[in-house]
Amino acid sequence: MSSWLKSLIIGIVVIALLYVLNGMMSKGGFFGAGIDDYTARLLVFIAINIILATSLNLINGFTGQFSIGHAGFMAVGAYSSAYFTVNYGKQLESAFSFLGETGASSIILIIAIVIGAIVAAIAGAIVGIPSLRLKGDYLAIVTLGFAEIIRIVILNIDAVGGATGYQVPGYANFLWIGIFAVITIVVVHNIVKSDAGRALVSIREDELAAEAMGVNTTRYKVTSFVISSAFAGIAGVLFAHYNKFLSTNDFQFIKSFEIIIMIVLGGMGSMTGAVVGAIVVTLLPELLRQLPAIQVGASTFQFSDLRLVIFALILIFTMILRPQGIFGTAEIGNIYRRFRNKLGKPGGLE
Amino acid sequence: MLTLENVSVNYDAIEALTDISLTVSQGEVVTLIGANGAGKTTTLRTITGLLEPRNGRITYEGKEISGMATHRLVPMGIAMSPEGRGVFANLSVRENLDMGAYIRKDKKGISDDMERAFTLFPRLKEREKQKAGTLSGGEQQMLAMGRAMMSRPRLLLLDEPSLGLAPLLVHTIFEAIDNIRSEGTTILLVEQNANAALHHSDRAYVLETGRIVMEGDSKQLAADPRVKEAYLGE
Ligand SMILES: Nc1ncnc2c1ncn2[C@@H]1O[C@H](COP(=O)(O)OP(=O)(O)OP(=O)(O)O)[C@@H](O)[C@H]1O
Ligand SMILES: [Mg+2]
Repeated sequence: MSSWLKSLIIGIVVIALLYVLNGMMSKGGFFGAGIDDYTARLLVFIAINIILATSLNLINGFTGQFSIGHAGFMAVGAYSSAYFTVNYGKQLESAFSFLGETGASSIILIIAIVIGAIVAAIAGAIVGIPSLRLKGDYLAIVTLGFAEIIRIVILNIDAVGGATGYQVPGYANFLWIGIFAVITIVVVHNIVKSDAGRALVSIREDELAAEAMGVNTTRYKVTSFVISSAFAGIAGVLFAHYNKFLSTNDFQFIKSFEIIIMIVLGGMGSMTGAVVGAIVVTLLPELLRQLPAIQVGASTFQFSDLRLVIFALILIFTMILRPQGIFGTAEIGNIYRRFRNKLGKPGGLE
Repeated sequence: MLTLENVSVNYDAIEALTDISLTVSQGEVVTLIGANGAGKTTTLRTITGLLEPRNGRITYEGKEISGMATHRLVPMGIAMSPEGRGVFANLSVRENLDMGAYIRKDKKGISDDMERAFTLFPRLKEREKQKAGTLSGGEQQMLAMGRAMMSRPRLLLLDEPSLGLAPLLVHTIFEAIDNIRSEGTTILLVEQNANAALHHSDRAYVLETGRIVMEGDSKQLAADPRVKEAYLGE
């Protein structure tokens, strides 16, 4: 089977699956089958976190540059696009009313995504160009500072709600969020498998040697960082228009930290790892919520309040027990092939 | 082919190279010898644009290249095996060699050159799929040289290829240098192993604390009493 046909079929199946799930989340359900709101929300956040983890992995895992302010770019995407839909959404709804309600909100969401991605990409370029031209870990410090500064700036802009928060129209649904999670995976996967991907990995391995191979390391680092920021922006847009409410609290350092945990846990430089990490880190606080509270003297502790501590512990234990993360740089495909070869089944040409 | 004219280089306030002039002509093997800290690596870093000369000019095939970014030199035909080898540790031997051909698009030529690299260093062929980080020091050096050759350079810059290697491996490396040269690649070889370097080169420069103190035919220098005493331990 030719590879584009294979991709086409996989694409159709994935979209159909997302469509069915999306239908199950809606009021009437999908032919009677339904998903409750709680589960629906979890699936949405898994998808958003997949976008965040996969895109951060491009710069941290594949290019080897340490960004620790991904939530800052998410905030830029979220607020810039929300400003647009809050102010122009109604007009666009009537302009696109001939497409029906779903059609109109989909178009507006796409426009919002383009805006959020572009603004976040510009922010990425502003942060990335000066810090990535230098060799060394300037990016970590600069992104950390940027994420905090942007949050405080937003907090002080009354036009986007300031400290009281920002009401945003709910144009996003699981179908679109799922589609963009898939798009992120496909785009990052294609970058990584291309010649550019080889250049990125060589930069991670040894920047000077990469330069000596003829790789324009500055250009590749900046480009990969800008793309990564744009996808963080997209995640922000989707989050804003699903959650229908933005508060700068959603973009504190803990959010950036959470995304780092996802890729460290899954394995830096593994697409599969980023996806698995995103799922685990999204579900973990929910599991903690199920645990009973513990009584220490006069005070009660809820495990879910200890989320930060538990994340930190996970990070520490991963570093000690399996510093390369669950998957290392391997992918589910490699593991499957290795397994199949072990079983002695006839393998393909790969 | 390569000319440095009165090049001086500073690390901030410290002058590391003073008024260096040297030439490498097409087809030659030229060696630059000197003790630790003499400025050998600094010279190569300046040629490859990692450092900008404070004074002087560097020209390659008639074009000024002073301060030009390293990656722009590769398409011009300059390749480098850096000090400390700089192999891509998590990539396999084959992937490392592939990266050496990064600027090239001719698949057929690349796979031919890959075979050439394996002929030059049969040890690499045996370890084709092994991660470069798990190779021995000597094997990593072979890989660094093989990889540099993958861009089909006209000028190859080598920084202490024999550093830390057992005598037998030093021999292998210098044999490879002879082979590369006989295939027509010009070489600028930086070495502390003056003995071997002088025996496998046409001309030599002696660097002492950032200045060139002697230059000439390698055989004559090898016979020079001052060189013998200071660098050949005789
Ligand atoms: N980044 C740097 N900053 C300041 N001084 C430096 C720097 N790199 C090298 N130097 C100094 O410049 C001088 C020349 O160093 P260089 O690395 O060129 O020596 P070398 O001849 O290659 O020595 P070796 O044989 O030990 O590799 C030394 O005194 C060294 O301490
Ligand atoms: Mg040196």
